[in-house]
Amino acid sequence: MDLLSFARGAGLKFALAVFCVGVVWRIVAFALLRIRRDLNEPRASMLKSLGGGLLAVGTRSWPHPEFIGRTGAGEALGYSYHLGLFAVVLLFGPHITFFGSLFGLTWPALPSSVITVISVLTFTLFLAVLFRRVTHPVLRMLSNFDDYFSWFITMLVIVTGLAATAHIGGPYETLLGLHILSFDALLVWFPFGKLMHAFYIFPSRAINGSLLARKGAIS
Amino acid sequence: MAQRNEDLTVGEMLRRHGISRRGFIKFCTAAASAMALPPLMGPAMAEQLRNVRRPSVVYLSFQECTGCLESLTRSFAPTIESLIFDVISLDYNDTLMAASGEAAEAARTQAMHDNFGKYVLVVDGSVPTGAGGGYCTAGGKSAEDILREAAKGAAAIVCVGTCAAFGGIPFADPNPTQAWPVTGIVGDKPIINVSGCPPIPEVITGTLLQFVSTGKVPDLDEHRRPKVFFGNTIHDRCYRRPFFDEGKFAKSFDDEGARNGWCLYELGCKGPTTYNACATLKWNGGTSFPIESGHGCLGCSEPGFWDKGSFYSALSNPAWGKAGEASPSEVLKLAGGAAVAGVAIGAASAAVSRMRQHRQEEQAVDNDPKGG
Repeated sequence: MDLLSFARGAGLKFALAVFCVGVVWRIVAFALLRIRRDLNEPRASMLKSLGGGLLAVGTRSWPHPEFIGRTGAGEALGYSYHLGLFAVVLLFGPHITFFGSLFGLTWPALPSSVITVISVLTFTLFLAVLFRRVTHPVLRMLSNFDDYFSWFITMLVIVTGLAATAHIGGPYETLLGLHILSFDALLVWFPFGKLMHAFYIFPSRAINGSLLARKGAIS
Repeated sequence: MAQRNEDLTVGEMLRRHGISRRGFIKFCTAAASAMALPPLMGPAMAEQLRNVRRPSVVYLSFQECTGCLESLTRSFAPTIESLIFDVISLDYNDTLMAASGEAAEAARTQAMHDNFGKYVLVVDGSVPTGAGGGYCTAGGKSAEDILREAAKGAAAIVCVGTCAAFGGIPFADPNPTQAWPVTGIVGDKPIINVSGCPPIPEVITGTLLQFVSTGKVPDLDEHRRPKVFFGNTIHDRCYRRPFFDEGKFAKSFDDEGARNGWCLYELGCKGPTTYNACATLKWNGGTSFPIESGHGCLGCSEPGFWDKGSFYSALSNPAWGKAGEASPSEVLKLAGGAAVAGVAIGAASAAVSRMRQHRQEEQAVDNDPKGG
């Protein structure tokens, strides 16, 4: 069995299975955790608490006006590469065909030249994100193996994808095999590392916001 | 006394068949050009070949469909490629020769004896080893025994077609006849694989001609294929490649993209992973090739092409289902099973966490000086 056949065959099947098991496992384990009972008098009704949760999802996703000078650049960087990733993953023709064969749904694609430009920009932004992480004194102290490995594995998918599309660095079947294999590795790593924030980020903001609203402390 | 055919030089044989020197040089130049040799190599090759005794070729057919020989002979429209039969002394080919039965087998034995160590052995078809070799026999001998016997005195073996080179369709899972490519049976001879289902006639003749004119095995790739013909992918030389680079893909065989000649990648074209000369030499005298006719490349010159998933699924698509690709229902089944497992593990993990939380809270109460 060659690399490409393994990567898009048994390797992908295994990775998808691990991804599904892992994501459901972590969401269920998180959802069933016991929340300590709050014995304080609620400062807001149940409805207002839920509203506060939704409000927090919005307000915590945007730089606070008071700190925009200090956090704005980092947030802009974060949003930019996330948008780049979304475009590359979801709007590239062969990726749409891939998702179509998995889920039976397809949608219009962006021209490959546009995707290539976005990919190169995203690649550059990824480098900038790493530079910021290792040079920012606080961020560096907060970072651990999980952060760097999650960065590495996502970057690997971008680099092998660019190489496969441009046919640079080896035969196409090897490059495509490496690209799909790196995606398989990302799927396996996803539920067990910080990439899981894709599922946690908005629910956790909503829960925190709701708890704060109940205490009358949401802003 | 008339000279025997096998004792004739190539030049004498050509004269006898009314082929002019110019015609033969044209043939050699075309072959040299196909092999990307310098222009002067054509006439030089012609001159060299004219003066040598025609090399003996024993052509064995095993588990195959005769498509490769059909490709080579092009019986419906003979072309300059058919001149190869005047350059070589085809001493045995059970499809083309007039003799049959014991006379045919005697011709093979005689040719192998007379030219021991010098003849070229061409093999077409895979070699079945199941049922004691009973799936393919000739003259009471199994294909494996015939191959082993013929390989002993061969100067080189040229495997024509994907069956001889990589096992072909008979080798496909579950390989009911336990078929093998020639490389699975013979290991001590120079072997040149001319793969394809069938191979391009110019590639067969070009490879044979290069070997008989130089006596050397050409540069081969990792699958023992002549690099000169198998050095690039179909995709590298495909006239539709600009559309791939632009991201213009046909979505079905009759949509506007297909009519505009856009790239067939999403329709399953295997051109990017297939090494062959179809896009440059083409077929039927350079008329066309499958992609030019509107169908994606099947990848027929690659090992195991029949077991690599659906011909109509893009190379980047998942390939694990029954039809060679993952269907949404299979994905749903996989995700459903995985989700059930995830719920079970998640619930167990949450139960352990709750117990730990409970224990910690009890300890906190016990340690609180204001408590109890």
